[in-house]
Amino acid sequence: MIETRGLRKSYRSREGRETKTVDAVRGVNLDVAEGEIFGFLGPNGAGKTTTLRMLATLIEPDGGEATVAGADLRKDPAEVRRRIGYVAQGGSTWDESSAREELVLQARLYGISKAEAHRRAERALEAFQLTEYADRKCKTYSGGQRRRVEIALGIIHEPKIVFLDEPTTGLDPQSRAHMWDEIRRLRTEGMTVFITTHYLDEADALCDRIAIMDHGEIVAEGTPAELKREISGEVVIVGLDAPSTPRAAELLDTEAYVSKLETVDEGGLRLYVDEGATAIPQVLRRLDHAGLDLRSIELHRPSLDDVFLTKTGRSLRES
Amino acid sequence: MKLARDTWLIFQRQTQLLLRNPVWIFVGVFQPVMYLLLFAPLLKPALNAPTQAAAYKIFVPGLLVLLAIFGGLFQGFGLIAELRAGVIERSRVTPVSRLALLLGRSLRDVVSLIAQAVIITLLALAFDLRVFIGNLLLAYLMLALIALMTSAVSYGIALKVKSEDALAPLMNTVAQPVLLLSGILLPLTFAPGWLQGVAKWNPFSWAVEGTRALFNGDLGNDRVWQGLGIIAVLAAAGVFWAARQFARSVR
Repeated sequence: MIETRGLRKSYRSREGRETKTVDAVRGVNLDVAEGEIFGFLGPNGAGKTTTLRMLATLIEPDGGEATVAGADLRKDPAEVRRRIGYVAQGGSTWDESSAREELVLQARLYGISKAEAHRRAERALEAFQLTEYADRKCKTYSGGQRRRVEIALGIIHEPKIVFLDEPTTGLDPQSRAHMWDEIRRLRTEGMTVFITTHYLDEADALCDRIAIMDHGEIVAEGTPAELKREISGEVVIVGLDAPSTPRAAELLDTEAYVSKLETVDEGGLRLYVDEGATAIPQVLRRLDHAGLDLRSIELHRPSLDDVFLTKTGRSLRES
Repeated sequence: MKLARDTWLIFQRQTQLLLRNPVWIFVGVFQPVMYLLLFAPLLKPALNAPTQAAAYKIFVPGLLVLLAIFGGLFQGFGLIAELRAGVIERSRVTPVSRLALLLGRSLRDVVSLIAQAVIITLLALAFDLRVFIGNLLLAYLMLALIALMTSAVSYGIALKVKSEDALAPLMNTVAQPVLLLSGILLPLTFAPGWLQGVAKWNPFSWAVEGTRALFNGDLGNDRVWQGLGIIAVLAAAGVFWAARQFARSVR
């Protein structure tokens, strides 16, 4: 659905008398498959929005190539526009208009006839549970309602791909969960969804595949599970008495599934394993056979933040 | 065809929003009416005009041109609000014609200006102003072209500067010399030679003279076609330039 090679964009910014060139996006290669929710994860200023805006034809790339929904981004941006939807981060509705007016206008801007535009607006209002407020001015909407109108505007022409820039930023937890459901619904309807986010949990829970972006480059790409596995596998933390710890270490060190073993000072072990879910029963059985009592057993799965930390040397939460 | 359709869509939307808030009619007419009532009476003795009606024939065309210039130049503020709300960006991801994004808005400005001009002309009729209808329509064409140009330029600049704080002083700086050098309030025939010379370079002074000639029933005056011609060329250039800003603008 989307294929990019070496997509680049730099800005010139002036600081005092000097003009500096800032490389916002430095050569992005992406392959997004049809019907998936693809996420761009990274801190603010990583170049996610710039990449998205290039793919949505809003800014021209300085270099590189891209095919979006089968159309060449550089040679035929008009065709790309017809096939994609784009929902900006900062909102796109006018205070004094109603959701219905906005939807009808947007449909008509895509060349849809008046009658059909009204039909589509009605359907979209229903699908996004906005019928009740359809004819009220946008300024009376809650943050969540307004965001739903904006997403509805982005897909009113039934595009193959929709780009959502930070779709849940600024929403309360309930509206956020609601928005995730809406996004999953779009996928069910066969749309490819491309989102940017700086929320780890959002990337993890919502996206089929993600690309982690930092300083204008993609530093990792894969399914959330793959990325996390790639890091260090998982860690099983076994709580034991100090006296029985050496004996347990001796027993488990020889097990094939344990790739690395560390002793915890106050007693207990850290076992680095490929998959915790299969390792835990084996650890329990082994220690039980040896008659060793364990106090606790915990599984620590690496998070996407661990992935980000490994790839960039800093935590996403801090940046 | 597509351009006409897209322009109509934008025009319709903008007009709808304008009509929803009819305060603008009051605001737009209040100031010129104040000029008409409180300033124009000074003109008969000041201009040595034989009658009040003669003074109005000089003053009303100037007032209308003034309205067209200022009405247009300050439209950019509305666009900056739209820019901030994301409405422009939302339009720019659709295949809508970029020229239509500009023309639809500028045409709304032209129509609202003509509405104001009609109200003011009707009021002036009450003060014994008399104009041939054909000449009046030509004068309105001049006003429409002026408003088209100034509003297009204002939109183009708004897209470039993207902030009200920059737009306001810029527009005031441009508008003031333009106003003073166009003989809008008093005819430039009173001006010293050097001032007349400078004013020759101000396209609006040609437009003002042309409009005055039309109100005076002097259709054959060269200033009429010269004024219309100059303003038409500038309006086309302004529209071309501003439409490019719509195609190019970022956020």
